[in-house]
Formats: sequence, C-alpha cells, structure tokens
Amino acid sequence: MSGGEVALRFDQVGRHYGDLRAVDDVSLSIPNGQFVALVGASGSGKSTLLKTVNRLTLPDTGRVLIQGEDAADLPVAALRRRIGYVFQGIGLFPHMSVAENIAIGPRLSGERLSEARIRELLALVELDAAMAQRMPDALSGGQRQRVGVARALAGEPDLLLMDEPFGALDPITRDALGERVKALHSDLGLTTVMVTHDMAEALLLAERVLVMDRGRIVADETPLALLEGAGGSIAQGLVAVPREQARRLADIPGRGSA
Amino acid sequence: MSGFWPTLFGLGDKLAAHVVLSASAIALGIAVALPLAVWASRSRTVARAALGFASLVQTIPALALLALFFPILLSLRAVFGEDLPTLGFLPALLALALYALLPILRNAVTAQANLDPGVMEAADGVGMSAWQRLRLVEAPLAAPFVMAGIRTAAVWTIGAATLSTTIGQPSLGDPIFAGLQTQNWVLVLAGCFASAALALAADLLLGLIERGFALRKRAFWLGGMVAVSLGVGAALFAQFAPGWRGEARDTIVIGAKSFSEQYILARLIGQRLEEAGYRVEYRDGLGSAVVHRAVTTGAIDISVDYTGTLWANELGRDDNPGREAMYREIVDWKKRTSDARIFGRLGFENAYAFAMRSDRARELGVTSLTDLARVAPRLTVGGDPEFFERPEWIAVRDAYGLRFAEARNFSPTFMYDALQSGEADVISAYTSDGRIAADRLTVLADPEEALPSYDALIVLSPKASRDERLRTALKPLLGAIDVARMQAANYAVDRTEDKRTPDQAAEELANAIGL
Repeated sequence: MSGGEVALRFDQVGRHYGDLRAVDDVSLSIPNGQFVALVGASGSGKSTLLKTVNRLTLPDTGRVLIQGEDAADLPVAALRRRIGYVFQGIGLFPHMSVAENIAIGPRLSGERLSEARIRELLALVELDAAMAQRMPDALSGGQRQRVGVARALAGEPDLLLMDEPFGALDPITRDALGERVKALHSDLGLTTVMVTHDMAEALLLAERVLVMDRGRIVADETPLALLEGAGGSIAQGLVAVPREQARRLADIPGRGSA
Repeated sequence: MSGFWPTLFGLGDKLAAHVVLSASAIALGIAVALPLAVWASRSRTVARAALGFASLVQTIPALALLALFFPILLSLRAVFGEDLPTLGFLPALLALALYALLPILRNAVTAQANLDPGVMEAADGVGMSAWQRLRLVEAPLAAPFVMAGIRTAAVWTIGAATLSTTIGQPSLGDPIFAGLQTQNWVLVLAGCFASAALALAADLLLGLIERGFALRKRAFWLGGMVAVSLGVGAALFAQFAPGWRGEARDTIVIGAKSFSEQYILARLIGQRLEEAGYRVEYRDGLGSAVVHRAVTTGAIDISVDYTGTLWANELGRDDNPGREAMYREIVDWKKRTSDARIFGRLGFENAYAFAMRSDRARELGVTSLTDLARVAPRLTVGGDPEFFERPEWIAVRDAYGLRFAEARNFSPTFMYDALQSGEADVISAYTSDGRIAADRLTVLADPEEALPSYDALIVLSPKASRDERLRTALKPLLGAIDVARMQAANYAVDRTEDKRTPDQAAEELANAIGL
C-alpha cells in the first residue's frame, strides 16, 4: 500500500492504564474513503484506540499516521480542527446557539462561517434552517446529535471519527441518522471510523468491521464475511446476537403461516 | 430616637469611603482569586493549597486580621521605604481583599470542577487551545457560580469593612464604634442601617448580574454592571472631588482609642488646632496597641496616651518608680528611641483604682486598700474581662495580700451597675470615669503605691513635634485638666439622659478650663 492511499495507519499502538492494557499493540491501515466500524464490548479499548487519532488519548507506544504524517508531530489544536469528531455524549456547548456550535471549529482558526454555509450544514443533517438560533437545551436528543454531526463536518474534514455517536438515541432516530451519516460519507468522500458496541449497526453501515477484545483487534472482516461465519469466536459471538434476534422475530407464532 | 435621619444623611462621606474601600477590596480579591482558580483547576496541589490558605485566613477574626497588617506593613517599610502607609486605606484594603478571597475562590474552583466532562472533552476535541477553552467554554459556564461567590464576598466585605475604623480607615464603622463607646444608639443605628443598606444594594445588583449570566440575558448583567459602576464612581467622586479643589492648609490627623475620654480629648485638641488655622481629621476607635506606633511612625500626628500604658506595653517594665519618675523616664525614653515626642501631661490620671459604694465602705470601715485586705475574704470583687490577668492586679494583690471570696468579670459598662445592685462589693474602676463622681463612689487609697500611675499625656509625631505653631496652640492644655473636670466631661458623654456628643463635651471642657 502506498502512503497516498492510506488515510489512517496505526503502527504498533499501545496504551496502558497501570496493569490494564487498554490498547495492546494495534497495527492496521485504513484506506481513503473507507467506512470502518470498530466494534467490541465495553472496556475492549475501542474508544481509547479511536482517541489516539486526534490525541485525546496519547499512546504509550507506537504511532498513528494520518495521510502519512505522524499525529504526534502535528500541533494538537490544528490536528483536531482538521478531523471531524462526533462525541459519545454529543458534547454541544450549552451556552452557544446551534449556529455558534456548528461554527466553533472554523471560528477557532479565525474563520467566520456564513449563514448560508450554516444553513447548508443544517440541511446536510436534515435540520431546518430555523434551528440555527435555538439553544441546545431546546432540542431533542436526535436533533442535538444531528447538530453534533454538522459541527464535525463544518471544517470540511477528510476524516470523520465517531465515538458511539448514536448510543443515546431512540431506535428510529438512530436508524435514520445512521443512514444519513452513511450517505454523507459517500457524498462527501469521507474516511469514517465509527466506534459502536452494536454489531447490527456496524454490519448495516460499515464496509469493514474491526472487532476488538481486551485491547487487541481480533477480527478484521467485511460485513458479508462476518455474516458468513468468518472472524473467529468473539466476532461470531457478537454477530450471533442480531442474527438470533432476527430469527426469533421470524419465528413469532402466527407470522408467515397466513 | 430623634435625629436618626439627620444623623444618617450626615454619614455621606463615611458611606463614600466605605464604598470605595469595599469595592477596591472586592476588585483586588477578584483579581487574585480568578487567576488562582484557573491555576487550581489545572493542579490539585494548587487547589488544595489555595483553598486551604483562604480557609485559614477566614478563621482569623476580621478585627485581628486588620490589626495584623499594621506590623506587617511596618516591617515591609524596610523594602518599600518609609512612605509605605501602615494605617488607613492600604492595610484595610489588603485585609479585606484577603477576606474576600475565599468565597470567590471556592465558587470558582467548584464551578470548574463541576463542569460537564463531556463538554470539556468536546472543547478539546474541536481543537481549542487551553486559552480558547478557558475563554470560550470554561469562563462563560462558570460565570454564574463565580458571580454568586463575588456576591457573598461583597456582603462579607461590606460588613467587615466597618471594622477598618480600628486601624484608622474612615468607614461606616466610625459612627458604630463612636456610638457604642458613648452609648449614642442613634449613631450606632445609623451606621448599621447604612452599612446594611449598602450590603443589600450590592447583593441585589450583583444578583442581577449573576442572573444575567445564568439566563444569558445581556440586559441583566450589563444593567447590573452599569449600576455598580455608577455607585462606585459616585463614591469616588464624593471622596476625591473636594481634594481636587485643593485645600492648601496642613491637615493634622488626631488618633483616639475607643473610649469616650479619648474621643473628647481628641476633639479638645482638634478644636484648638482648628482655631489656629489647621485642618483636622480624626482617626477614632484605633486599637490601643496601634495608636502609639501610629504616632511614633507619623501615621497619625497626635495621640493622647497614659504613662502606665506606655510603661508596661512599650518600655516593657513592671516596676513602679512613682508618678514623677515614671513620667520623666518615659519622656527620656521617647527622645532616645524616636523622633516623636512626649509633649506634656494634661493634669489628670486615668488609673486603675478600687472603688466601693460610700455607704458600704463606711459600714465596713474601709478607706484604703490596707483596710480592704482585712475584710476582703467576705467580699466579691468585680473587674473588666482583662483585669484579673493584668500586672496591676497582681501587684496590688501581692502588695496588700488581697484574697477575695469571689472574683467576677463584668463589661466596663455594667461594672457600676453590679456595684449598685450589690453583685460586687468592690470594683476595679478608672479614676477619670464619670460614674465615680456621679455615683458618689469611694476610691480606696493606695498607701503602698502598688498601682502604677496613668498620667494622661499628649504624644506628638516627629512632624508635629517640629511644628512650633502647633506646640503653641496646644500649650494651654498642659496641666489644665484636673480629674474632676475630666470625670464631668466623660459623664456628660456616657450618661443616658441629656447626653452630649464628644464635640460638645470638648467645648464645655474648654470653657471650664478657661479657653
């Protein structure tokens, strides 16, 4: 693989908390334009690994390369501004309006977003332009996370990181926003890494699924391969959950007998 | 309670001084507390040390904290030179600012500790520098809590600022202290009312700013800030505008400790000097220990002190060479150790003495301390709260072998009532106290001369002692006031009916001694 094609490369990355190896010697490459899901149980190290990319977590060992550049060599604020980041807890600034929240990244670099651009970003996440002047506490959970996504996209990043982005949302909102993000990923030509504990979400949205367990990558497969039984026992254990649910749904008495 | 409103409206200059002092102290407190809080939010050690220090300061009584700055500033003169003020505005400002520190610091630190970690991670995640995070996220989110701390600090500071009277800074404490000493309750009430009203107004306006921050309503916080600025601006104008017009005449500052006799004598001296063309300012209610050092260092120009006080506290002596020798030795000591001077004696003593009701004294056949020792085991002695710890008591007790059935503490005001009601048979009194004559008490003779003398004397600062015109103006006071006249003047101020102000009493005293 040549450097130009690789958006993101983890090179023997490790992060320890005392005796706990949160991330244990992870090496892998993500090519430009790929939608990758990082799946695992709580405490498997997936969020920690994701945060080494924009240095919210500093790796103890190894390095992270972004478009071939070592993340450790870049000024941290500049590094973060060129990466779109969607937070687990949404993380909108409660004292800023929707428009101010969306415009914060460019503002930090001394750039003012036009109203038209804010309308455009709101439209990308299917929010009405009238939302711009609302305060975050006047929005529903789904609307807030849409703003979170719009904020992540405001700096026109090539790389979008999402840390359990839909975890706090109801299933319908979750599904709709997931599909929206998948469409934005294609339309904007992003490289996307999404951390989730929900294998069904990973299988439906991503083109590549990485499974983590106790700090290590234990499976690296396409959704199709996983559904066909590849990836080993831990990955298959995670795949079994939605599959079993689907089977039980199909087996509900009375259904299909008509 | 007649005269409350005129008294209240007469407090304008004290109010202005109070506002300027409180506002400066709070501003200084904020200027120190906020950077410290930011630092504390980045380091647990700093947080613990800063909060620990601020809490420790808070445990020191405000009165003591204010007084402590006198010796501190005095020692700092070694660094900053002799012009560093040791009394008045500077020490009051520093002490009150220290006092204001805790509530501001604690609220700011707590507010920062309680900021949503998700929001903080988002601030980092969108690429804020530490400064941007502070300015754009932490400060606006912490502002309402910080403002609540400032509000608490303001109310405390305005209250505690009344105590700055004791270190010679004019404030609304002046009428309170003067009124308490002379039992002029209208004065006390007016001072308390003005300071409480000021605290309430500050609380209201700062509360408006706090709500403005919390609700993100610009009109609220901006309006509050404008109102506070106008108030402080008006006070500054009121305090300094008269000075800009420029009074060329010299100003002489006269200090007084916090009891009626001192207030009266300060006015008596002040009235002489005003007639001689001086401008006079009074620093009333100064702590006893502060006064002497203040006049020696020139922080005030004139004070009235007593030989026995200087003998024990300044010369550190516990022997008793007799009235004349003690006075001469003090005059020499002052000449030797400083440029300040003992100008002369006023003529009376305000000494410790033992007093009894005349009928009781006659009944027991007591006229002197020697007689008293004979019957003491059957009697109860009353003293002010510090008396039984003082060297004077120990000297008398040992000289006459005094052993009482019981010793009780009373506040000076109530000692005489205790004597009248029979709760005490004999009390420690002050010889110039007006109640001795008014109650026709018998003062017991001291044939062994165990009690040191307390000759009232005028002390002049180095500057005042070189001023020939000033010395000439004060000369007629020397030796002119006998103890009966002083008793009468004190009683005119202390009595509950037909009271005189210290100013009036001083004028009457001046007339009585033919000035």
